[in-house]
Amino acid sequence: MTVSAIAQAASADVTTGTVTAFPATEAARAARDTRPLRLITCGSVDDGKSTLIGRLLWDTKAVKEDQAATLRRDSGKQNDLGLPDFALLLDGLQAEREQGITIDVAYRYFATDKRSFIVADTPGHEQYTRNMATGASTADLAVLLVDARTGLLEQTRRHATIASLMGIKQFVLAVNKFDLVGYDRARFDQITHEFRELALSLGVRQITAIPMSALKGENVVYDGKASMPWYEGQTLVEVLELATVRSAQTVGFRLPVQRVSRPGESFRGYQGTVAGGSVKPGDSVVILPSGMVANVTKIITFDLVRNAAVAGDAITLVLDRQVDVSRGDMIVSIDSQPQVGLDFDAQLVALQAEGIQPGRRYWLKSGSRRQRVTANPVSQLDLKTGSWTQRTGLLPMNGIGKVHLSFDENAVFDAYEQNRTTGAFILIDPDTNNTVAGGMITAKRSSLTDLRSDEARVILSLPADLADQLMATELFSRRRDETDLRRMTAGEASQIFKDAAVDI
Amino acid sequence: MPSTLPETELHNPQTTKTPLDPHLKALENEAIHIFREVAAEFEKPVMLYSVGKDSSVLLHLARKAFYPGRVPFPLLHVNTGWKFAEMIAFRNDIVKKYDLDFIEHINPRGKAENVTPFTHGSALFTDIMKTEGLRQALDAGGFDAAFGGARRDEEASRAKERIYSFRTPEHRWDPRAQRPELWNIYNGMIRKGESVRAFPLSNWTEVDIWRYIQVEDIPLVPLYYAKERPYVERDGMMILAEDPRLELLPGETIQHGSIRFRTLGDFPLTGAIPSQATNLEEVIAELEIATVSERQGRAIDRDQSGSMEKKKREGYF
Repeated sequence: MTVSAIAQAASADVTTGTVTAFPATEAARAARDTRPLRLITCGSVDDGKSTLIGRLLWDTKAVKEDQAATLRRDSGKQNDLGLPDFALLLDGLQAEREQGITIDVAYRYFATDKRSFIVADTPGHEQYTRNMATGASTADLAVLLVDARTGLLEQTRRHATIASLMGIKQFVLAVNKFDLVGYDRARFDQITHEFRELALSLGVRQITAIPMSALKGENVVYDGKASMPWYEGQTLVEVLELATVRSAQTVGFRLPVQRVSRPGESFRGYQGTVAGGSVKPGDSVVILPSGMVANVTKIITFDLVRNAAVAGDAITLVLDRQVDVSRGDMIVSIDSQPQVGLDFDAQLVALQAEGIQPGRRYWLKSGSRRQRVTANPVSQLDLKTGSWTQRTGLLPMNGIGKVHLSFDENAVFDAYEQNRTTGAFILIDPDTNNTVAGGMITAKRSSLTDLRSDEARVILSLPADLADQLMATELFSRRRDETDLRRMTAGEASQIFKDAAVDI
Repeated sequence: MPSTLPETELHNPQTTKTPLDPHLKALENEAIHIFREVAAEFEKPVMLYSVGKDSSVLLHLARKAFYPGRVPFPLLHVNTGWKFAEMIAFRNDIVKKYDLDFIEHINPRGKAENVTPFTHGSALFTDIMKTEGLRQALDAGGFDAAFGGARRDEEASRAKERIYSFRTPEHRWDPRAQRPELWNIYNGMIRKGESVRAFPLSNWTEVDIWRYIQVEDIPLVPLYYAKERPYVERDGMMILAEDPRLELLPGETIQHGSIRFRTLGDFPLTGAIPSQATNLEEVIAELEIATVSERQGRAIDRDQSGSMEKKKREGYF
C-alpha cells in the first residue's frame, strides 16, 4: 500500500466521522470511498483476454493459495514465466473445460486499496453478441483488447459498437502482446489513432489506450517502465480506479414500485429502488400511468427515517394521501416526467435461437412492470459496417435491430440515453418463459410521426462548425445513416431554401 | 393517518449509526432490490438459512428489505443432525428474537437409515442429508422460490450463476440453459413445479461479508471467533472435539488450541484454522492477509475437481 493511499483513507475517516479501531493499514481498506466499478472485457482468446483477467486477479491477490495450487495441478504444465494457465482459473464449468470453450458470461471480483471491481467476462467468438450485450448492460466501462501485431480487427469494431449501443461511455483500449512488437511506440500511436477515430464515430469520447503485456504483467497492475520508458500514462488498474460510475442522479425522480408494504392498517409504504433523480419529504410526485398526484411525507429505511434519497437507494416511500398505487406503477417527480404511451421506438438484441418474430406478442418487463407488447422489426444493424439496413422480417439470434413496440395498455419509459434503468427492458416468450431480447427505448412515437414517420424530413442550414459539433454527438452518430449531408456555401444554401419556399 | 408506523415496530431506527461506505451501500441496495422483487413476483418464497455468516447477512438484509413489515416468508434450515451444537442454540435464539417463521427439516430416510458422515463418507452423507433433504423440504413446502446466500466469488462454477437461477421440477440446474440476465431486470416467469433459486449476495466477496457484519453489528455464532477449543487432527483438518459422537481413531489424541472456523457446517466435515482473532476486527485483519480461500476447510469441495458444479446440477445449493 502506498503512503498516499493511507493518507487518503485516514482523511476519509475524518470527514465521515468514523471511529475505527483499525491500525492505519487496515483503515485504508475499511474506508472504501467509491462504488464498485463494473466493467466488461471484450476480445478473443487470441488477444489474450483470459490472460489479462487472470493477470488482474493474480496481481491483485484475488487468487488464493489453495485455488492456485488446484490450478497448477489441473493445468499440469506452466508457461515459461512460472505462471499457471489462467484460462483454467476462469473457465469454471466442467462442460466448458471438456470442450475447451467459454460459453457464457462469468463475473470476476477483485479489489485494490482504492476500489473494488466486478468484471463481466464474455466469450470472444461464438454468440458473442448476446453474451456481450448481457455483460455490457450493467457495465460502466469497456476494456477492448487488441493484439499489437494485428491491430484493430473487424471484431474490434463489432465489440465497440455493441458496447456503445448498450450505453457504455468509457473505453479502454488494451494494446496487448506489446512485447511481441518490440515495444514499438510508433505501432502504439498508430493503433491508438485508428481506435480514436472508431470510438468518436460511435460517439464515445472517453478513451484511454494502454500498451501492455498481460502475460508479463506490464501496465496491467504494475507499470511497464522497464520495457517502455516512453509510456508515461496510467496502468490499466490506475485507469479503472479513477473511472466514473454511471449515475442517474441528474435526471428526474423515478421510483418503480416493487411492492406495497402494509404491515398494519395505519401504514402504507411503497417499496422500490430509486431509478433516477432524488426525492425528499414535501416533494410533489405523480403516480404513472394513472397520473394521480400526491406529496411525499416520509422516506423510510431500516436504519433511519431519511431526509432525502437518491438514485440507487432502496427505500420505502410514504405519501400524504390515499392513492391507488400498485406494483408496476412508477412514482415520478411532477416537473420532470417520463413518456407515457402505447407506441415506442426501441433497439434490441435478440438473445434466443427463435429470434424476434414480427407481430408476435411477448411479455415486456421493465423495472417492476410487466405487460404485453408486440415488437415489429424495422431495421437491423450490420456490425461489419456499422450501418442499419431495412429489415421488417424476423430478427435472428444475435441480431441487433430497431423495432416498433406496440402496447395494449399505457407504458412508461425514459429514453435509454437519459436513464439506463427506466429506458431498459427485456422481452419474455410467453410459451417458453425464456428471456428472448434485451432492449433500449429510443423514443416515444407520437401518432403524428407514426403516420408520416417515413416521409417527414427537416432540412436545416447550419454553419459548418456547428454542424460538425452536432454530428459528433452520440445521438447524431447513432442515426447518421438516416441523414443526408451536403456541404455548400451560404449562398447556395439560401438559394435552396428560396426554391423550397416557391414549391410550397 | 396513513403515515404512522405500525405499533408492532420490530426495530428502532438508530440515527447515530455509522453510514455504510458507498461500496457496501451499493451491495446492500442491490440485495434489498432482489429480495423485494422475488417476494413480489413469486407465490411462495422461502429463505434457506444455514446459520452461518452468509445466512446471517442474508437475514439481516431481508429484515431491512421488508421493514417496517415482517419478513414475509419462512426460513428453512436443512439440518443434517451433525451441526455444531453452538449453531443450533444460536439459530433458536435468532428465530425467537426476530419473530421469524421457521421450518427445520432433517431427511427422515437418512435419519432412519442412520446415515452419518463417519459411516457413509462425506460425499454420500452430503448427498442424502443435504441435497435430498433440501429437495424434500422444498417439495413439501411447495416453494417456488428459495433465497440462498451463495456468492459468485466462492467457487469457479458459481461465477456464471445468475441471480435468478432457474431449476426444473426435479430441482436440476442446467448451466447451458440459463436465462440471460440483463441490467437489474429479472425474469421470474416459471411453469408450475419449476422454481427459482435467488441469490441476493451474488456480487459480494468474502471481505464484503465480514466488513458488512462489522459495520452493521450483525450477531454471529461464536465459533467464528478464536477461542481455546478441543480438537483432533484428521485428514489434515482440525475437527472440533466437543460432540460425544466423535470417536477417536487409533493414534488420534484430543489437542487444545486457539482455533476458529471460517465456514460452519457439519462438525465432522468442517475444519478449523489456528487463529488468535477473538473479535471481528482481528478476524478481518487476518482475512486481509489470508492466502487460503474459505472453502479450503470443507471436505465436500475437495472430493473431486468440479465437485461443486456436479452437486449443483443434482440440486445441492
